[in-house]
Amino acid sequence: MMDFINFHLMPGVILGSIYALGAIGISLTFGILRFANFAHGETMTLGAYFAFTLVQLTGWHPLAVLPFAMILTAAVALGVDRVFYKPFRAAPAIMVVIASFGMMLMIRSVIQFSWGVQLKSLVPGIQRPYILFDALRISPKHMLIVGSALGLMLAVHLLLSRTKIGKAMRAMSDSPELARLTGIDTEMVIRATWVLGAGLAAAAGVFLAIDTHVETMMGFKLLLPVFAAAILGGIGRPYGAMAGGLIIGIAEELSSYAWLGDGPLLAPGYKAGVAFALMIAMLIWRPSGLFRGKVF
Amino acid sequence: MAVLELENITGGYGETEILHGVSLKVEAGEVVVIIGPNGAGKSTAMKAVFGLLRLSSGRVLLDGADITSMATEQVVRHGVCYVPQTANIFPSLTVEENLEMGAYVRKDDYRPRMNEIYDLFPPLAEKRRQSAGTLSGGQRQMVAMGKALMLDPKILLVDEPTAGLSPKFRGEIFKVVQDINGAGVPILMVEQNAKQALSIANRGYVLVDGRNRIDDSGPGLLANREVAEMFLGGGTNGNGTGSGAGGTNGT
Repeated sequence: MMDFINFHLMPGVILGSIYALGAIGISLTFGILRFANFAHGETMTLGAYFAFTLVQLTGWHPLAVLPFAMILTAAVALGVDRVFYKPFRAAPAIMVVIASFGMMLMIRSVIQFSWGVQLKSLVPGIQRPYILFDALRISPKHMLIVGSALGLMLAVHLLLSRTKIGKAMRAMSDSPELARLTGIDTEMVIRATWVLGAGLAAAAGVFLAIDTHVETMMGFKLLLPVFAAAILGGIGRPYGAMAGGLIIGIAEELSSYAWLGDGPLLAPGYKAGVAFALMIAMLIWRPSGLFRGKVF
Repeated sequence: MAVLELENITGGYGETEILHGVSLKVEAGEVVVIIGPNGAGKSTAMKAVFGLLRLSSGRVLLDGADITSMATEQVVRHGVCYVPQTANIFPSLTVEENLEMGAYVRKDDYRPRMNEIYDLFPPLAEKRRQSAGTLSGGQRQMVAMGKALMLDPKILLVDEPTAGLSPKFRGEIFKVVQDINGAGVPILMVEQNAKQALSIANRGYVLVDGRNRIDDSGPGLLANREVAEMFLGGGTNGNGTGSGAGGTNGT
Protein backbone atom coordinates (compact mmCIF):
# COMPACT_ATOMS: atom_id res chain seq x y z
CA MET A 1 0.00 0.00 0.00
CA MET A 2 2.71 2.50 0.97
CA ASP A 3 4.62 1.49 -2.13
CA PHE A 4 1.58 2.44 -4.14
CA ILE A 5 1.50 5.91 -2.60
CA ASN A 6 5.25 6.53 -2.49
CA PHE A 7 6.24 5.24 -5.88
CA HIS A 8 3.12 5.69 -7.99
CA LEU A 9 0.53 8.10 -6.61
CA MET A 10 2.94 10.79 -5.37
CA PRO A 11 5.07 10.83 -8.53
CA GLY A 12 1.79 10.96 -10.46
CA VAL A 13 0.61 14.02 -8.55
CA ILE A 14 3.99 15.71 -9.06
CA LEU A 15 4.06 14.99 -12.78
CA GLY A 16 0.37 15.90 -13.01
CA SER A 17 0.97 19.30 -11.38
CA ILE A 18 3.66 20.04 -13.96
CA TYR A 19 1.40 18.92 -16.82
CA ALA A 20 -1.46 21.00 -15.42
CA LEU A 21 0.59 24.20 -15.42
CA GLY A 22 1.68 23.57 -19.00
CA ALA A 23 -1.79 22.62 -20.15
CA ILE A 24 -3.43 25.85 -18.94
CA GLY A 25 -1.36 27.85 -21.43
CA ILE A 26 -1.99 25.40 -24.30
CA SER A 27 -5.72 25.39 -23.62
CA LEU A 28 -6.08 29.17 -23.36
CA THR A 29 -3.98 29.86 -26.46
CA PHE A 30 -6.01 27.28 -28.34
CA GLY A 31 -9.30 28.77 -27.12
CA ILE A 32 -8.44 32.45 -27.55
CA LEU A 33 -5.97 32.56 -30.46
CA ARG A 34 -7.43 29.49 -32.17
CA PHE A 35 -4.28 27.51 -32.77
CA ALA A 36 -2.36 24.63 -31.25
CA ASN A 37 0.87 26.22 -30.10
CA PHE A 38 3.70 23.77 -30.76
CA ALA A 39 6.25 26.22 -29.36
CA HIS A 40 4.70 25.90 -25.90
CA GLY A 41 7.09 23.08 -24.94
CA GLU A 42 10.07 25.24 -25.86
CA THR A 43 8.58 28.03 -23.73
CA MET A 44 8.82 25.64 -20.76
CA THR A 45 12.43 24.84 -21.65
CA LEU A 46 13.23 28.53 -21.93
CA GLY A 47 11.80 29.16 -18.46
CA ALA A 48 14.01 26.43 -17.01
CA TYR A 49 17.14 27.87 -18.66
CA PHE A 50 16.33 31.38 -17.45
CA ALA A 51 16.01 29.97 -13.94
CA PHE A 52 19.31 28.10 -14.39
CA THR A 53 21.15 31.28 -15.34
CA LEU A 54 19.50 33.29 -12.56
CA VAL A 55 20.52 30.65 -10.01
CA GLN A 56 24.07 30.76 -11.36
CA LEU A 57 24.14 34.56 -11.12
CA THR A 58 22.50 35.00 -7.74
CA GLY A 59 23.09 31.73 -5.93
CA TRP A 60 19.46 31.86 -4.75
CA HIS A 61 17.13 28.91 -4.43
CA PRO A 62 15.33 28.04 -7.72
CA LEU A 63 12.00 28.94 -6.14
CA ALA A 64 13.27 32.43 -5.34
CA VAL A 65 14.26 33.07 -8.96
CA LEU A 66 11.05 31.50 -10.30
CA PRO A 67 9.07 34.79 -10.46
CA PHE A 68 11.88 36.40 -12.46
CA ALA A 69 12.15 33.43 -14.80
CA MET A 70 8.38 33.65 -15.33
CA ILE A 71 8.55 37.38 -16.09
CA LEU A 72 11.46 36.94 -18.53
CA THR A 73 9.67 34.09 -20.32
CA ALA A 74 6.44 36.10 -20.51
CA ALA A 75 8.37 39.04 -21.95
CA VAL A 76 9.84 36.79 -24.64
CA ALA A 77 6.36 35.44 -25.44
CA LEU A 78 4.98 38.98 -25.78
CA GLY A 79 7.83 39.93 -28.08
CA VAL A 80 7.36 36.82 -30.21
CA ASP A 81 3.62 37.52 -30.44
CA ARG A 82 4.23 41.12 -31.50
CA VAL A 83 6.69 40.42 -34.31
CA PHE A 84 5.78 36.86 -35.25
CA TYR A 85 2.16 35.87 -34.55
CA LYS A 86 0.41 39.25 -34.83
CA PRO A 87 0.71 39.40 -38.64
CA PHE A 88 -1.06 36.00 -38.68
CA ARG A 89 -4.14 37.14 -36.71
CA ALA A 90 -6.54 36.86 -39.63
CA ALA A 91 -4.74 33.89 -41.22
CA PRO A 92 -6.21 30.37 -41.28
CA ALA A 93 -5.40 28.38 -38.14
CA ILE A 94 -3.28 25.82 -39.97
CA MET A 95 -0.82 28.53 -41.10
CA VAL A 96 -0.35 29.67 -37.52
CA VAL A 97 0.09 26.10 -36.29
CA ILE A 98 2.86 25.52 -38.81
CA ALA A 99 4.36 28.90 -37.92
CA SER A 100 4.40 27.87 -34.27
CA PHE A 101 6.18 24.67 -35.30
CA GLY A 102 8.85 26.85 -36.88
CA MET A 103 8.99 28.99 -33.76
CA MET A 104 9.48 25.83 -31.70
CA LEU A 105 12.58 24.89 -33.73
CA MET A 106 13.91 28.43 -33.60
CA ILE A 107 13.57 28.76 -29.82
CA ARG A 108 15.19 25.35 -29.32
CA SER A 109 18.10 26.30 -31.56
CA VAL A 110 18.61 29.59 -29.75
CA ILE A 111 18.61 27.72 -26.44
CA GLN A 112 21.11 25.15 -27.71
CA PHE A 113 23.26 27.93 -29.15
CA SER A 114 23.21 30.02 -25.97
CA TRP A 115 23.43 27.40 -23.27
CA GLY A 116 24.89 24.36 -25.02
CA VAL A 117 23.35 20.91 -25.19
CA GLN A 118 24.81 19.28 -22.06
CA LEU A 119 22.57 18.31 -19.14
CA LYS A 120 22.62 20.80 -16.31
CA SER A 121 21.39 20.58 -12.75
CA LEU A 122 19.25 23.29 -11.23
CA VAL A 123 19.60 21.94 -7.70
CA PRO A 124 22.98 20.26 -7.11
CA GLY A 125 23.32 17.28 -4.82
CA ILE A 126 20.90 14.60 -3.74
CA GLN A 127 18.12 15.31 -1.30
CA ARG A 128 17.05 12.76 1.27
CA PRO A 129 13.29 12.35 1.45
CA TYR A 130 11.39 13.10 4.62
CA ILE A 131 9.85 10.01 6.11
CA LEU A 132 6.43 10.76 7.55
CA PHE A 133 4.58 8.32 9.83
CA ASP A 134 7.41 5.80 9.34
CA ALA A 135 6.23 5.03 5.84
CA LEU A 136 5.27 8.02 3.73
CA ARG A 137 8.36 9.15 1.83
CA ILE A 138 8.35 12.57 0.31
CA SER A 139 11.36 14.65 -0.61
CA PRO A 140 11.45 18.38 0.17
CA LYS A 141 11.72 19.28 -3.49
CA HIS A 142 8.58 17.35 -4.30
CA MET A 143 6.64 19.07 -1.53
CA LEU A 144 7.89 22.35 -2.94
CA ILE A 145 6.81 21.48 -6.47
CA VAL A 146 3.33 20.31 -5.54
CA GLY A 147 2.80 23.17 -3.08
CA SER A 148 3.94 25.87 -5.51
CA ALA A 149 1.98 24.35 -8.39
CA LEU A 150 -1.21 24.28 -6.32
CA GLY A 151 -0.52 27.87 -5.24
CA LEU A 152 -0.15 28.95 -8.86
CA MET A 153 -3.34 27.14 -9.84
CA LEU A 154 -5.19 28.92 -7.04
CA ALA A 155 -3.79 32.22 -8.32
CA VAL A 156 -4.99 31.36 -11.84
CA HIS A 157 -8.43 30.59 -10.44
CA LEU A 158 -8.60 33.96 -8.68
CA LEU A 159 -7.40 35.73 -11.80
CA LEU A 160 -10.00 34.04 -14.01
CA SER A 161 -12.94 34.38 -11.63
CA ARG A 162 -12.30 37.71 -9.87
CA THR A 163 -10.57 40.06 -12.28
CA LYS A 164 -11.94 41.86 -15.30
CA ILE A 165 -9.13 40.69 -17.57
CA GLY A 166 -9.54 37.10 -16.36
CA LYS A 167 -13.26 37.11 -17.07
CA ALA A 168 -12.56 38.67 -20.47
CA MET A 169 -10.14 35.81 -21.18
CA ARG A 170 -12.87 33.26 -20.41
CA ALA A 171 -15.34 35.27 -22.50
CA MET A 172 -13.00 35.42 -25.46
CA SER A 173 -12.30 31.74 -25.12
CA ASP A 174 -16.07 31.18 -25.42
CA SER A 175 -16.40 33.35 -28.53
CA PRO A 176 -13.75 35.74 -29.92
CA GLU A 177 -16.28 37.21 -32.36
CA LEU A 178 -18.79 38.08 -29.64
CA ALA A 179 -15.98 39.43 -27.45
CA ARG A 180 -15.15 41.88 -30.22
CA LEU A 181 -18.84 42.79 -30.66
CA THR A 182 -19.05 43.39 -26.91
CA GLY A 183 -16.25 45.95 -27.07
CA ILE A 184 -13.69 43.81 -25.24
CA ASP A 185 -10.16 44.92 -26.06
CA THR A 186 -9.21 41.64 -27.71
CA GLU A 187 -5.55 42.52 -28.34
CA MET A 188 -5.20 43.24 -24.63
CA VAL A 189 -6.77 39.86 -23.82
CA ILE A 190 -4.38 38.16 -26.25
CA ARG A 191 -1.38 39.78 -24.57
CA ALA A 192 -2.69 38.72 -21.16
CA THR A 193 -3.08 35.18 -22.49
CA TRP A 194 0.55 35.06 -23.63
CA VAL A 195 1.76 36.43 -20.31
CA LEU A 196 -0.28 33.93 -18.30
CA GLY A 197 0.44 30.96 -20.57
CA ALA A 198 4.17 31.64 -20.84
CA GLY A 199 4.52 32.41 -17.14
CA LEU A 200 2.91 29.12 -16.17
CA ALA A 201 4.93 27.28 -18.83
CA ALA A 202 8.10 28.70 -17.31
CA ALA A 203 6.96 27.49 -13.88
CA ALA A 204 6.27 24.02 -15.29
CA GLY A 205 9.76 23.98 -16.84
CA VAL A 206 11.41 25.10 -13.62
CA PHE A 207 9.52 22.49 -11.57
CA LEU A 208 10.50 19.76 -14.00
CA ALA A 209 14.09 20.99 -13.82
CA ILE A 210 13.99 20.89 -10.01
CA ASP A 211 12.65 17.34 -10.19
CA THR A 212 15.07 16.14 -12.88
CA HIS A 213 17.52 18.39 -14.69
CA VAL A 214 17.77 21.08 -17.36
CA GLU A 215 18.16 19.96 -20.97
CA THR A 216 17.16 21.30 -24.34
CA MET A 217 14.54 18.66 -25.17
CA MET A 218 12.76 18.73 -21.80
CA GLY A 219 9.88 20.94 -22.93
CA PHE A 220 9.34 19.07 -26.16
CA LYS A 221 9.02 15.81 -24.23
CA LEU A 222 6.33 17.48 -22.10
CA LEU A 223 4.49 18.97 -25.07
CA LEU A 224 2.52 15.92 -26.17
CA PRO A 225 1.20 14.81 -22.75
CA VAL A 226 0.36 18.46 -22.11
CA PHE A 227 -1.66 18.55 -25.33
CA ALA A 228 -3.38 15.36 -24.22
CA ALA A 229 -4.20 17.02 -20.89
CA ALA A 230 -5.63 20.13 -22.58
CA ILE A 231 -7.80 18.02 -24.88
CA LEU A 232 -8.92 15.78 -22.04
CA GLY A 233 -10.03 18.82 -20.04
CA GLY A 234 -11.66 20.57 -22.98
CA ILE A 235 -10.02 23.16 -25.25
CA GLY A 236 -10.33 26.69 -23.91
CA ARG A 237 -11.22 25.45 -20.42
CA PRO A 238 -8.44 26.35 -17.96
CA TYR A 239 -10.04 24.36 -15.12
CA GLY A 240 -10.31 21.42 -17.49
CA ALA A 241 -6.61 21.77 -18.27
CA MET A 242 -5.73 21.57 -14.57
CA ALA A 243 -7.90 18.50 -14.08
CA GLY A 244 -6.66 16.96 -17.33
CA GLY A 245 -3.02 17.51 -16.34
CA LEU A 246 -3.47 15.82 -12.98
CA ILE A 247 -5.43 12.93 -14.49
CA ILE A 248 -2.84 12.29 -17.23
CA GLY A 249 0.08 12.55 -14.80
CA ILE A 250 -1.49 10.20 -12.26
CA ALA A 251 -2.68 7.75 -14.93
CA GLU A 252 0.80 7.56 -16.45
CA GLU A 253 2.36 6.69 -13.11
CA LEU A 254 -0.38 4.33 -11.97
CA SER A 255 -0.15 2.37 -15.22
CA SER A 256 3.09 0.83 -14.05
CA TYR A 257 1.71 -0.29 -10.67
CA ALA A 258 1.41 -4.02 -10.06
CA TRP A 259 -2.39 -4.05 -10.35
CA LEU A 260 -2.43 -7.71 -11.45
CA GLY A 261 0.15 -10.11 -10.13
CA ASP A 262 3.68 -9.05 -9.25
CA GLY A 263 5.00 -7.21 -12.28
CA PRO A 264 3.99 -3.73 -13.42
CA LEU A 265 0.71 -3.65 -15.34
CA LEU A 266 2.45 -1.80 -18.15
CA ALA A 267 6.20 -1.47 -18.50
CA PRO A 268 7.20 2.11 -17.59
CA GLY A 269 8.33 2.60 -21.18
CA TYR A 270 4.68 2.70 -22.22
CA LYS A 271 3.80 5.61 -19.92
CA ALA A 272 3.56 8.12 -22.76
CA GLY A 273 1.16 5.77 -24.53
CA VAL A 274 -1.23 5.97 -21.58
CA ALA A 275 -1.63 9.73 -22.08
CA PHE A 276 -2.57 9.20 -25.70
CA ALA A 277 -4.86 6.26 -25.02
CA LEU A 278 -6.78 8.54 -22.64
CA MET A 279 -6.80 11.36 -25.15
CA ILE A 280 -8.08 9.16 -27.98
CA ALA A 281 -10.73 7.59 -25.76
CA MET A 282 -11.89 11.08 -24.82
CA LEU A 283 -11.97 12.25 -28.43
CA ILE A 284 -14.16 9.30 -29.34
CA TRP A 285 -16.42 9.33 -26.30
CA ARG A 286 -16.69 13.06 -25.73
CA PRO A 287 -14.73 15.28 -28.14
CA SER A 288 -15.51 18.42 -26.18
CA GLY A 289 -13.56 17.10 -23.19
CA LEU A 290 -14.45 16.83 -19.52
CA PHE A 291 -15.32 20.52 -19.19
CA ARG A 292 -17.22 20.92 -22.48
CA GLY A 293 -14.61 22.84 -24.40
CA LYS A 294 -14.46 23.68 -28.07
CA VAL A 295 -14.51 21.16 -30.87
CA PHE A 296 -12.65 22.19 -34.00
CA MET B 1 -30.10 64.17 -38.00
CA ALA B 2 -30.43 60.41 -37.92
CA VAL B 3 -28.79 58.48 -35.06
CA LEU B 4 -27.56 55.84 -37.48
CA GLU B 5 -27.50 56.03 -41.23
CA LEU B 6 -26.31 53.60 -43.89
CA GLU B 7 -25.66 55.40 -47.16
CA ASN B 8 -25.68 53.37 -50.33
CA ILE B 9 -23.72 50.43 -48.87
CA THR B 10 -22.21 47.99 -51.36
CA GLY B 11 -20.12 45.10 -50.13
CA GLY B 12 -19.92 41.56 -48.82
CA TYR B 13 -17.53 38.90 -47.59
CA GLY B 14 -14.42 38.07 -49.56
CA GLU B 15 -15.24 38.09 -53.24
CA THR B 16 -19.00 37.69 -52.78
CA GLU B 17 -20.98 40.89 -52.99
CA ILE B 18 -24.17 40.68 -50.94
CA LEU B 19 -25.34 44.28 -50.59
CA HIS B 20 -25.84 46.36 -53.72
CA GLY B 21 -26.46 49.89 -52.53
CA VAL B 22 -28.53 49.56 -49.35
CA SER B 23 -29.57 52.75 -47.60
CA LEU B 24 -31.43 53.03 -44.33
CA LYS B 25 -31.57 55.21 -41.27
CA VAL B 26 -32.81 55.21 -37.71
CA GLU B 27 -33.98 58.46 -36.13
CA ALA B 28 -33.97 59.22 -32.41
CA GLY B 29 -36.52 57.19 -30.45
CA GLU B 30 -37.53 54.95 -33.36
CA VAL B 31 -38.00 51.22 -33.73
CA VAL B 32 -36.99 50.33 -37.29
CA VAL B 33 -37.47 46.85 -38.67
CA ILE B 34 -35.72 45.22 -41.62
CA ILE B 35 -37.62 42.38 -43.26
CA GLY B 36 -36.96 40.39 -46.38
CA PRO B 37 -36.58 36.87 -47.71
CA ASN B 38 -33.65 34.64 -46.76
CA GLY B 39 -30.40 35.79 -48.28
CA ALA B 40 -31.66 39.34 -48.83
CA GLY B 41 -28.74 40.73 -46.82
CA LYS B 42 -30.65 41.81 -43.71
CA SER B 43 -28.08 40.63 -41.17
CA THR B 44 -25.27 41.56 -43.52
CA ALA B 45 -26.52 45.15 -43.51
CA MET B 46 -26.19 45.18 -39.71
CA LYS B 47 -22.72 43.72 -39.83
CA ALA B 48 -21.70 46.51 -42.21
CA VAL B 49 -22.10 48.91 -39.28
CA PHE B 50 -19.48 47.01 -37.26
CA GLY B 51 -16.74 46.89 -39.85
CA LEU B 52 -17.29 43.15 -40.28
CA LEU B 53 -17.82 43.52 -44.00
CA ARG B 54 -15.62 44.41 -46.92
CA LEU B 55 -17.30 47.54 -48.27
CA SER B 56 -16.64 48.65 -51.82
CA SER B 57 -18.68 51.81 -51.49
CA GLY B 58 -21.05 53.63 -49.19
CA ARG B 59 -20.82 55.24 -45.78
CA VAL B 60 -22.00 54.50 -42.24
CA LEU B 61 -22.83 57.59 -40.19
CA LEU B 62 -23.37 57.73 -36.43
CA ASP B 63 -24.90 61.04 -35.33
CA GLY B 64 -23.65 62.39 -38.63
CA ALA B 65 -20.02 61.31 -38.02
CA ASP B 66 -18.44 58.87 -40.46
CA ILE B 67 -17.71 55.49 -38.80
CA THR B 68 -17.32 53.49 -42.02
CA SER B 69 -15.01 50.48 -41.61
CA MET B 70 -14.09 51.49 -38.06
CA ALA B 71 -12.76 48.56 -35.97
CA THR B 72 -15.56 46.62 -34.27
CA GLU B 73 -14.42 47.43 -30.73
CA GLN B 74 -14.32 51.14 -31.58
CA VAL B 75 -17.87 51.10 -32.98
CA VAL B 76 -19.05 49.56 -29.70
CA ARG B 77 -17.13 52.18 -27.74
CA HIS B 78 -19.03 54.83 -29.69
CA GLY B 79 -22.28 53.47 -28.29
CA VAL B 80 -23.58 51.14 -30.98
CA CYS B 81 -24.48 47.78 -29.44
CA TYR B 82 -25.31 44.63 -31.32
CA VAL B 83 -27.17 41.47 -30.36
CA PRO B 84 -26.31 38.80 -32.93
CA GLN B 85 -28.86 36.13 -33.80
CA THR B 86 -26.83 33.18 -32.53
CA ALA B 87 -23.86 32.85 -30.16
CA ASN B 88 -24.90 36.10 -28.51
CA ILE B 89 -23.94 35.21 -24.95
CA PHE B 90 -20.84 33.78 -23.27
CA PRO B 91 -22.22 30.39 -22.17
CA SER B 92 -19.49 29.48 -19.68
CA LEU B 93 -19.77 32.80 -17.86
CA THR B 94 -22.47 33.46 -15.29
CA VAL B 95 -25.37 35.78 -16.06
CA GLU B 96 -23.74 38.48 -13.95
CA GLU B 97 -20.36 38.01 -15.63
CA ASN B 98 -22.06 38.36 -19.01
CA LEU B 99 -23.46 41.70 -17.93
CA GLU B 100 -20.06 42.74 -16.59
CA MET B 101 -18.51 41.96 -19.96
CA GLY B 102 -21.21 44.09 -21.55
CA ALA B 103 -19.88 46.95 -19.42
CA TYR B 104 -16.25 46.18 -20.35
CA VAL B 105 -15.55 49.56 -21.94
CA ARG B 106 -17.19 51.52 -19.10
CA LYS B 107 -14.76 53.23 -16.77
CA ASP B 108 -17.40 54.35 -14.24
CA ASP B 109 -19.43 52.28 -11.76
CA TYR B 110 -21.74 50.03 -13.73
CA ARG B 111 -23.59 48.59 -10.68
CA PRO B 112 -26.59 50.96 -10.88
CA ARG B 113 -27.00 50.09 -14.55
CA MET B 114 -26.82 46.38 -13.75
CA ASN B 115 -29.64 46.79 -11.23
CA GLU B 116 -31.72 48.56 -13.86
CA ILE B 117 -31.16 45.60 -16.19
CA TYR B 118 -32.23 43.19 -13.45
CA ASP B 119 -35.37 45.30 -12.95
CA LEU B 120 -36.04 45.10 -16.67
CA PHE B 121 -35.48 41.30 -16.73
CA PRO B 122 -36.50 39.90 -13.33
CA PRO B 123 -35.74 36.25 -14.30
CA LEU B 124 -32.08 37.21 -14.75
CA ALA B 125 -31.82 38.61 -11.23
CA GLU B 126 -32.80 35.22 -9.84
CA LYS B 127 -30.22 33.42 -11.96
CA ARG B 128 -27.35 35.86 -11.73
CA ARG B 129 -24.90 33.26 -10.41
CA GLN B 130 -25.90 30.57 -12.91
CA SER B 131 -23.85 30.02 -16.05
CA ALA B 132 -25.66 31.59 -18.97
CA GLY B 133 -25.34 28.46 -21.10
CA THR B 134 -27.82 26.64 -18.86
CA LEU B 135 -30.67 29.11 -19.40
CA SER B 136 -33.71 28.67 -21.64
CA GLY B 137 -33.80 30.26 -25.10
CA GLY B 138 -35.90 33.21 -24.01
CA GLN B 139 -33.71 33.91 -21.00
CA ARG B 140 -30.56 33.70 -23.09
CA GLN B 141 -32.06 36.33 -25.34
CA MET B 142 -32.63 38.49 -22.24
CA VAL B 143 -28.98 38.03 -21.20
CA ALA B 144 -27.88 38.99 -24.72
CA MET B 145 -29.98 42.16 -24.70
CA GLY B 146 -29.11 42.98 -21.10
CA LYS B 147 -25.42 42.62 -21.93
CA ALA B 148 -25.81 45.01 -24.87
CA LEU B 149 -27.72 47.52 -22.75
CA MET B 150 -25.01 47.71 -20.08
CA LEU B 151 -23.31 50.44 -22.12
CA ASP B 152 -26.37 52.73 -22.26
CA PRO B 153 -26.07 52.48 -26.03
CA LYS B 154 -26.97 55.28 -28.41
CA ILE B 155 -28.64 52.66 -30.52
CA LEU B 156 -29.29 48.92 -30.24
CA LEU B 157 -29.08 46.58 -33.22
CA VAL B 158 -30.92 43.29 -32.77
CA ASP B 159 -30.67 40.40 -35.21
CA GLU B 160 -33.75 38.11 -35.24
CA PRO B 161 -34.32 38.02 -31.49
CA THR B 162 -37.26 35.62 -31.76
CA ALA B 163 -35.67 33.03 -34.06
CA GLY B 164 -36.29 29.58 -32.65
CA LEU B 165 -38.51 30.80 -29.80
CA SER B 166 -42.05 29.60 -29.14
CA PRO B 167 -44.90 32.07 -29.85
CA LYS B 168 -45.30 32.76 -26.13
CA PHE B 169 -41.67 33.84 -25.75
CA ARG B 170 -41.87 35.77 -29.01
CA GLY B 171 -44.49 38.03 -27.51
CA GLU B 172 -42.30 38.55 -24.45
CA ILE B 173 -39.29 39.48 -26.53
CA PHE B 174 -41.29 42.03 -28.55
CA LYS B 175 -42.54 43.44 -25.26
CA VAL B 176 -38.91 43.73 -24.08
CA VAL B 177 -37.95 45.49 -27.29
CA GLN B 178 -40.75 47.98 -26.72
CA ASP B 179 -39.68 48.50 -23.10
CA ILE B 180 -36.10 49.16 -24.13
CA ASN B 181 -37.31 51.59 -26.75
CA GLY B 182 -39.62 53.16 -24.20
CA ALA B 183 -36.52 53.95 -22.14
CA GLY B 184 -35.33 56.08 -25.05
CA VAL B 185 -33.04 53.68 -26.95
CA PRO B 186 -33.58 53.65 -30.70
CA ILE B 187 -33.67 50.13 -32.12
CA LEU B 188 -32.84 48.61 -35.49
CA MET B 189 -34.13 45.05 -35.71
CA VAL B 190 -34.00 42.29 -38.29
CA GLU B 191 -37.01 40.03 -37.90
CA GLN B 192 -38.64 37.06 -39.59
CA ASN B 193 -41.95 37.38 -37.78
CA ALA B 194 -42.81 40.34 -39.93
CA LYS B 195 -46.36 40.93 -38.77
CA GLN B 196 -45.56 41.19 -35.06
CA ALA B 197 -42.38 43.14 -35.71
CA LEU B 198 -44.03 45.68 -38.02
CA SER B 199 -46.83 46.19 -35.52
CA ILE B 200 -44.35 47.64 -33.01
CA ALA B 201 -42.20 49.43 -35.62
CA ASN B 202 -42.22 53.11 -36.48
CA ARG B 203 -40.75 52.36 -39.85
CA GLY B 204 -39.61 49.36 -41.85
CA TYR B 205 -37.44 48.46 -44.79
CA VAL B 206 -37.98 45.54 -47.12
CA LEU B 207 -34.69 44.27 -48.55
CA VAL B 208 -34.64 41.90 -51.53
CA ASP B 209 -31.43 40.61 -53.14
CA GLY B 210 -29.30 43.14 -51.31
CA ARG B 211 -31.34 46.13 -52.47
CA ASN B 212 -33.97 48.37 -50.88
CA ARG B 213 -37.37 47.23 -52.19
CA ILE B 214 -39.91 49.14 -50.13
CA ASP B 215 -39.44 51.75 -47.39
CA ASP B 216 -42.51 52.79 -45.41
CA SER B 217 -43.95 53.28 -41.94
CA GLY B 218 -44.76 50.16 -39.91
CA PRO B 219 -48.52 50.42 -40.45
CA GLY B 220 -47.88 51.33 -44.08
CA LEU B 221 -45.94 48.13 -44.67
CA LEU B 222 -48.54 46.07 -42.84
CA ALA B 223 -51.16 47.41 -45.24
CA ASN B 224 -48.96 46.98 -48.30
CA ARG B 225 -50.26 44.23 -50.57
CA GLU B 226 -46.84 43.17 -51.89
CA VAL B 227 -45.46 42.90 -48.36
CA ALA B 228 -48.53 40.95 -47.31
CA GLU B 229 -48.04 38.47 -50.12
CA MET B 230 -44.35 38.07 -49.49
CA PHE B 231 -44.22 37.86 -45.70
CA LEU B 232 -47.57 37.89 -43.99
CA GLY B 233 -49.01 34.63 -45.19
CA GLY B 234 -51.03 35.53 -48.27
CA GLY B 235 -52.70 38.73 -49.45
CA THR B 236 -55.71 40.13 -47.66
CA ASN B 237 -57.73 40.45 -50.85
CA GLY B 238 -56.28 37.70 -52.99
CA ASN B 239 -56.64 38.81 -56.59
CA GLY B 240 -57.00 35.35 -57.96
CA THR B 241 -53.38 34.25 -57.61
CA GLY B 242 -54.05 30.60 -56.92
CA SER B 243 -54.82 29.56 -53.36
CA GLY B 244 -58.02 30.97 -51.98
CA ALA B 245 -58.22 32.96 -48.76
CA GLY B 246 -58.96 29.96 -46.61
CA GLY B 247 -56.12 27.99 -48.12
CA THR B 248 -57.90 24.64 -48.02
CA ASN B 249 -55.44 22.38 -49.68
CA GLY B 250 -57.06 20.77 -52.70
CA THR B 251 -58.51 17.45 -51.69
